[in-house]
Amino acid sequence: MTMAMALDSGLAVVVLAVAGWTIAARGTFAAVVGFVSYGLLLTLVWVRLEAVDVALTEAAIGSGLTGALLIGAAARLRAGEASPVEGPGVVLRLEIAVLSATVAVALAIAVLLLPDPAPTLAPAAAENATATGLGNPVTNVLIAFRAMDTLLEKVVLALALVGVWSLAPDRVWGGYPGPRHRSDPHGVLAFFARLLPPLGIVVGIYILWAGADHPGGAFQGGTILAAMWLLVMMAGLTDAPPVSRRWLRLVLIVGPVVFLVVGLGGLWLGDAFLAYPAAHAKPLILTIEFAMTLTIAATLGLLLAGPPERKLS
Amino acid sequence: MGVATVFGLCGAAAVGLGLYGVIVNPQPLRKILAFNLLGSGVFLIFGVVARRGAAAGFGGDPVPQALVITGVVVAFSASALAVALLLRLFQETGRATLHADAATSAGANEADP
Repeated sequence: MTMAMALDSGLAVVVLAVAGWTIAARGTFAAVVGFVSYGLLLTLVWVRLEAVDVALTEAAIGSGLTGALLIGAAARLRAGEASPVEGPGVVLRLEIAVLSATVAVALAIAVLLLPDPAPTLAPAAAENATATGLGNPVTNVLIAFRAMDTLLEKVVLALALVGVWSLAPDRVWGGYPGPRHRSDPHGVLAFFARLLPPLGIVVGIYILWAGADHPGGAFQGGTILAAMWLLVMMAGLTDAPPVSRRWLRLVLIVGPVVFLVVGLGGLWLGDAFLAYPAAHAKPLILTIEFAMTLTIAATLGLLLAGPPERKLS
Repeated sequence: MGVATVFGLCGAAAVGLGLYGVIVNPQPLRKILAFNLLGSGVFLIFGVVARRGAAAGFGGDPVPQALVITGVVVAFSASALAVALLLRLFQETGRATLHADAATSAGANEADP
């Protein structure tokens, strides 16, 4: 057994131990904290799998934003935890354990029986990389080769936000999302909410820009921008904008709209829907990415802020 | 056994653990959490498929990697919607449970049997 192999196995064991703990932990809050650490460990696994782009996404969204979402929910549901609900009995638990183990074993067998040599689209991606002028193959796939997926995903984000907003009671419709956060204006949170955003915004834009040729891109950069916005809101330095604001609605759709317009333009100037004319591929892609980053940052921030809860004054 | 196989088995186990948590945990928030765990296991297996497809100087097949990035974002939006539904249920009934009888006994008219 080599050194790397031992490290990988150790990492896998720790990941599974933390995963098991998040399932078994008694308190919801403890389970959520376990989930965040699980996500960070998973980031290391993604680096080991040579998928740095995915590692960045996992750290930012899978662990960071999902963790913040669940911690916020756990804090608000704490009052309801006083009367715990009965779980299933021992026999049923055992049956469920057997079922879950069967599924896991079936998947494990599938992993062990994966075809060799593995089918891959990497050579095709490398061959066509020059068509877009981008050096990062993952960005290439996201924004050019499988642009339809990315476009539809933007629509899913918008639909999720529509779903969250529509949970608002009628009397506060169009108002401010979530509770108004307050914190000690001279406290640590307010201090960091003033110190970090200038740095975070630069890092977010850098990750977006670097995503053309290195790991990074619109999702990762957008998430960092969203995190900075959330930090400022949670420290109470600014309030979330009312959901009825026209400029906010525009920001929320500018990404998919620009994407769609360029895609339709491909019908005229290029070969097909979402095909970029080769001479202008890179500037077009950068335009789409900048618009998308803005939309992603706003949508993610508002998804976390929740449905409107306070009336427009 | 290479790095891909180790983490592939790890992903399979995470799916099993997540599935167990989704069914066993009675609180909805714990179910959402376990569902995310299940999803991360699926993503991991996808990542293993990508790693095995390393070719042309890339560390992995970029297509499954890009799909995982899309998947992570979609999973987050689904979780955000689920959490919003749960918080609204809690606001209306004062309880966060999926038990029909518990919800009606809390005096909620919205919870139709």
